[in-house]
Amino acid sequence: MRKIEGRSLGQIAWMRLKRDKVAIVGFVVIVLLILMAILAPLIVKAIGHPPNEFNQDLIDTQGGTLAPLGRFGGMSWDHPFGVEPVNGRDLMSRVIYGSRISLLIAFFATLLSVTIGTVMGIVSGFFGGWVDALISRLMDVFLAFPLLVFAIALAGVIPDDAFGLQGDSLRIVLLIFIIGFFNWPYIGRIVRGQTISLREREFVDAARSLGARRPYILFTELLPNLVAPILVYSTLLIPTNILFEAALSFLGVGVRAPTATWGGMLSDAVTFYTMPHFMLWPGLAIFITVLAFNLFGDGLRDALDPRSR
Amino acid sequence: MPDTVITYIIRRLVAAIGLLVIVSAVTFSIFYLVPRWAGATPETLATRYVGRAATEDTVKLTAERLGLYDPIAVQYWNWAKGVVVGAEYDYGAGVERCPAPCLGYSFITKQPVWPELLDRIPVTLSLAAGASVLWLALGVAIGVLSALRRGSIFDRAAMTVALAGVSLPIFFTGLISLAFFSYQLGWTVPGGTFVKITDNPIKWAQALTLPWITLAFLFSAQYARLTRAGMLETMNEDFIRTARAKGLPERTVVVQHGLRGALTPIVTIFGLDVGLLLGGAVLTEKTFSLPGLGKYAVDGIVANDLPKILGVTLVAAVFIVLANLIVDLLYAVVDPRVRAK
Repeated sequence: MRKIEGRSLGQIAWMRLKRDKVAIVGFVVIVLLILMAILAPLIVKAIGHPPNEFNQDLIDTQGGTLAPLGRFGGMSWDHPFGVEPVNGRDLMSRVIYGSRISLLIAFFATLLSVTIGTVMGIVSGFFGGWVDALISRLMDVFLAFPLLVFAIALAGVIPDDAFGLQGDSLRIVLLIFIIGFFNWPYIGRIVRGQTISLREREFVDAARSLGARRPYILFTELLPNLVAPILVYSTLLIPTNILFEAALSFLGVGVRAPTATWGGMLSDAVTFYTMPHFMLWPGLAIFITVLAFNLFGDGLRDALDPRSR
Repeated sequence: MPDTVITYIIRRLVAAIGLLVIVSAVTFSIFYLVPRWAGATPETLATRYVGRAATEDTVKLTAERLGLYDPIAVQYWNWAKGVVVGAEYDYGAGVERCPAPCLGYSFITKQPVWPELLDRIPVTLSLAAGASVLWLALGVAIGVLSALRRGSIFDRAAMTVALAGVSLPIFFTGLISLAFFSYQLGWTVPGGTFVKITDNPIKWAQALTLPWITLAFLFSAQYARLTRAGMLETMNEDFIRTARAKGLPERTVVVQHGLRGALTPIVTIFGLDVGLLLGGAVLTEKTFSLPGLGKYAVDGIVANDLPKILGVTLVAAVFIVLANLIVDLLYAVVDPRVRAK
């Protein structure tokens, strides 16, 4: 006879998640993408074409269009994704390097939003009263901001040398702050709502009647119950932030050229929309990454909260 | 209309105006403070307005005339006053009038911002109006059908496409559709061919068809997912069973009871989305080269023309606040519980 075991909520969720094939596929793709981003220098070394190497010999300079020579945008064993028009940079290594910027910014921006949102949400929901009123109004103000217009404006007014940083590192830090800072009210509202409903539950009353102090109740009683929604929301915020970063790069206020970014590559492709291969690879890269995170996030939500199915 | 509704409306209106004042103050101070944190001085800011060949004295004089040495509160007050009564700018080359509502004055193009914004609002309005009707109809219809035939091939196919739809950036689908429909098939003329609806409605619709469809594809995917989730929840409620038990036709049960319950969150998000879109469909307008508010903001960034960006930000905030207000008021009319709060 099999022994009957008690299972924690986490174990039950994990079992459900394991059965969800689509979510697992999403997860595997995410892991592969992260590996690709970390190992980008090694992979590109193996391909043999650095992302900013010009290959003028592969460009049709006679016809006047400056299109790559050969079919399908100059696809070959040497350049599996083909090359850029005009200067012939290798598209594959640029797409691989682009993943670094996308994932780095999306992860840290999400971390920032989730941290601010969780703290604000818990404080607002738990203390109530004027604290809640103040934080809720603050969230209203943030939500009334035309986010994208504002982000491009902010990313646009910062000079190239500021806060003791410059070049790519400045732009990356800047984008993390802009994207992360304006997204916190969404998670803040969710956490606030959850905290308010948890606050009135019996186990909190019990802790309070046993003489538990506020910090204890906040961190030991409330926070563990908030992990599930926070986790789900974070996973679903990452793809949003990837799209946001790509949008900013597309509009020319992201990480500056010649550093390869997916949005920047698409923006270059606008002028060459007669050569679809050029827009296809960075577009597919964004699509696959965002889709993988969405699939995994949906699966995670279903596993942690079966009612939402 | 009962008194409670009127008090509620007045209270919401006051709150909305207060919100706008705060948003504009925050926007203003961020654009005032951030460049200074990043190392800009009144002189470097003034050099933008006087051309490259200016002497140091001219730059200082200009900075002084533009009030760039003033503390932030004074500058904001002057700007806010301009919105109400208009403003005059004197930067050496003669006095420039900026009539009310003076949302800003571009020292680079030497034009007040508001009339330029007025020119662009119809473009963004046309874009948002057409696309939102399309995506609301499409998204809700697909969502309802999916929920009713949950697990069927239609449901799975629709939800797969919808998931793909929310994972695609609009500038990518836009570029692909431009490459395909405009370049390969030659159905529409690419880029910047906006015609006013009052001039020629057919050409107006023709120029906007591709942006509408691209935008609607993205949004209807999201709405189909939301509607489906909402319908699945409400169709399990007791009042649906009651409605069925009363012998109502299934059609009435689905549309008048089920959909009505599922529609509340959709209305909220629809209001927010339309408000956001009216504030400048930046990416769509850039992709299809439509001369709307969003394109204006992007052009402002490229030219480093802050007053333009400030103007668009404010107009966009007005649209968002207005959209929220309308949604709240609709709730108050529909749902009496809201008013009591």
